[in-house]
Amino acid sequence: MEERKRGQLVHLLHQAQSKEGYISARAIASIAEKLNISEGEVFGVVTFYKAFSLRPQGKHKVTICMGTACHVRGAPLILDELERTLGIPAGETTKDGLFTLETVNCVGACALGPIVIVDGEYHGQMKPREVKKLLEKTGENLNRLNEP
Amino acid sequence: MKVTNIEKLKEKILRSRDKTKTWVTVCGGTGCQAYGCQKVVKAFQEEIKRLGLGDSVGVRTTGCHGFCERGPLVVIQPEGIFYQRVSVKDVPEIINETVVNKKIVERLLYKDPQTGQKIIHEHDVPFYSKQKRIIFGNNGLIDPTDIRDYIAVDGYQALSKVLFEMTAEEVIEEIKKSGLRGRGGAGFLTGLKWEICRRVSSPVKYLICNADEGDPGAYMDRSLLEGNPHSVIEGMVIGAYAIGATEGFIYVRLEYPLAVKNITLAIEQAREFGFLGDSILGSEFSFDLHVFKGAGAFVSGEETSLMASIEGRRAFPRQKPPFPAQKGLWGRPTNINNVETWANVPLIIKKGADWYSQIGTRTSKGTKIFSLVGKINNTGLVEVPMGITLREIIYDIGGGIKDNKKFKAVQTGGPSGGCIPAEMLDLPIDFDTLTKAGSMMGSGGMIVMDEDTCMVDVARYFLQFTQEESCGKCVPCRLGTRQLYEILTRITKGEGEEEDLKRLEDLAKTIKAGSLCGLGQTAPNPVLTTLKYFRHEYEAHIKRKECPALSCKDLIIYYIEPDKCVGCLLCLKNCPVGAISGERKKVHVINQDLCVKCGACYEVCPPKIRAVSKYTGRKKEAILKKEKQSKE
Repeated sequence: MEERKRGQLVHLLHQAQSKEGYISARAIASIAEKLNISEGEVFGVVTFYKAFSLRPQGKHKVTICMGTACHVRGAPLILDELERTLGIPAGETTKDGLFTLETVNCVGACALGPIVIVDGEYHGQMKPREVKKLLEKTGENLNRLNEP
Repeated sequence: MKVTNIEKLKEKILRSRDKTKTWVTVCGGTGCQAYGCQKVVKAFQEEIKRLGLGDSVGVRTTGCHGFCERGPLVVIQPEGIFYQRVSVKDVPEIINETVVNKKIVERLLYKDPQTGQKIIHEHDVPFYSKQKRIIFGNNGLIDPTDIRDYIAVDGYQALSKVLFEMTAEEVIEEIKKSGLRGRGGAGFLTGLKWEICRRVSSPVKYLICNADEGDPGAYMDRSLLEGNPHSVIEGMVIGAYAIGATEGFIYVRLEYPLAVKNITLAIEQAREFGFLGDSILGSEFSFDLHVFKGAGAFVSGEETSLMASIEGRRAFPRQKPPFPAQKGLWGRPTNINNVETWANVPLIIKKGADWYSQIGTRTSKGTKIFSLVGKINNTGLVEVPMGITLREIIYDIGGGIKDNKKFKAVQTGGPSGGCIPAEMLDLPIDFDTLTKAGSMMGSGGMIVMDEDTCMVDVARYFLQFTQEESCGKCVPCRLGTRQLYEILTRITKGEGEEEDLKRLEDLAKTIKAGSLCGLGQTAPNPVLTTLKYFRHEYEAHIKRKECPALSCKDLIIYYIEPDKCVGCLLCLKNCPVGAISGERKKVHVINQDLCVKCGACYEVCPPKIRAVSKYTGRKKEAILKKEKQSKE
């Protein structure tokens, strides 16, 4: 059963990610010890998969679906607008730690495309001009986003 | 409760149910949840409680009904009255009018856009009436979180038949005879796959359900796991019996939380009832299942990568042979099938291979679930017999193209597939015809594109996808997809050269021939098919710096027609970068240096006025030149 011990790795990383919001150096060390593999091997798996992040995530998570159906319905224009409004490229977090902007390859709610998900809530048939209003709904001040 | 006689259990469940009861069924698929169906369910429960109707009316959240375009969907059973786009405020009226007074709420009915006729029953809606929902049909009837609902529709009877009336060889023979081919994309004969794995002798064998549905725009596997998880479990236990496997895994994509939840619960209930675990249904056969949550890597849908992922490694594919049937998970013989394939198995056993093989074409049997998405009126999941034409799917079931635009192409097979042009609308769809057209079945995504979709941009989109998702193990895929992507990006920016088309073709051939796994071997397909059927669009981008679909940002401008603009300030107010200047009742002007081409002005200009136009190529240059001259 020794061979199957390592099979827990992805599962343990999921747990660490959901507990702390990211994979900390401490989590890597403790998982490596538990599974009797090197920290380097754990690190390699962490960086391979999109689900794991090595940096803490923002207070609000903004995800835009970049699936094919959303793409042909104008998702790239929405992404441009999100990046411009938040002042960060996809995959980054604003300097004040308020927003993390992410893309996803498809959430399978294609009838609603283009879709933006803010803190787990789906917003369908988005238009570029609706982006700012949507982000303002979080109650944050968008004018002061990237001030230190 | 361990079950030994499934027939008796079904009768007991049916007897315990009040047949006179009215059921309000609400679609609880991810699409309808995104529309807010959970609030609708809650409102129904509260209204029923408020009126004290609890004994005669029940609410049931079911799996996905497929007609996502019209969600949230509500069907009143047993009559089958179909209401669409239902919101919380409609709930009291539905209860009072339909449930209590047996009257129809006209405004919530589906209206056939062609005849203008309102349709009362779900099965009469053209979207449904032209489908053949043998796999998907139960989704709308059962509560996926209650195993008894599945048993009530003859669930686990195929398993019982297999365990007590058939030998493993007979099961394999039946599946072979049915002609079932793998629904994950490649279309390998399922029975043959099982037979190969059965023949390998080993004390331990594994079974895997590939639910890492990564193709963007395809979500039928998710809907099956969410809406009818026991059909997948039953298929897997039958497969395990036939192959001699002892343990199985369901590898579910991370982005599908509801599917993970429902399949996990279903496994627990199946164990409790004795359909999983030791001595299933009192027989000598034992088998158990686990759910494995993926971690967001497209390549893990490839079978050897998927196994590496379960083993706790990076999802790198490896050379085949040895095939998983010889050396799979932890070096043991392993059989992998896709979700939809597993869901077909109980049906074949129950109704027989002869019945099953009558559906479909000579080489592709049964039905296939497609996700019909993109620029189509009726977005949703459709189950159709193999051999149906694209025209029937897109026009009869899909209701044609959105906003009466012109149909340009349909993309099938996800990033591994290709684009099929309008000229091939009468192509009968099966595994082989799609491959011959340069595309593939893939997992069944069908993305409809209209005249506003740029085919070079579509190719660029898919190559961006594959170059990002390439695991990096082999050179042709890692570097090749990157090069394809960069050339395509250049072309969409108007920086393409005439030699680029030859470069694309040469690279594509090399990547196809030299890549290790399916991802690289098929990644060039979107480029090759668009080059084959839409070469003129590539040439327009390269030679005339023109995007015929008016879609590529760097090749178009937005322009306010002075003779049409009435000076309403609408576009000016909506421009996110302040690029539009003007005063009330005076013609507005876009400052091309500031414009980010988001299209907001184009979007908000009232349809009666339509003062904002898009221009490309020579016309664009002429306008820019004129503006420059007037500035000077």
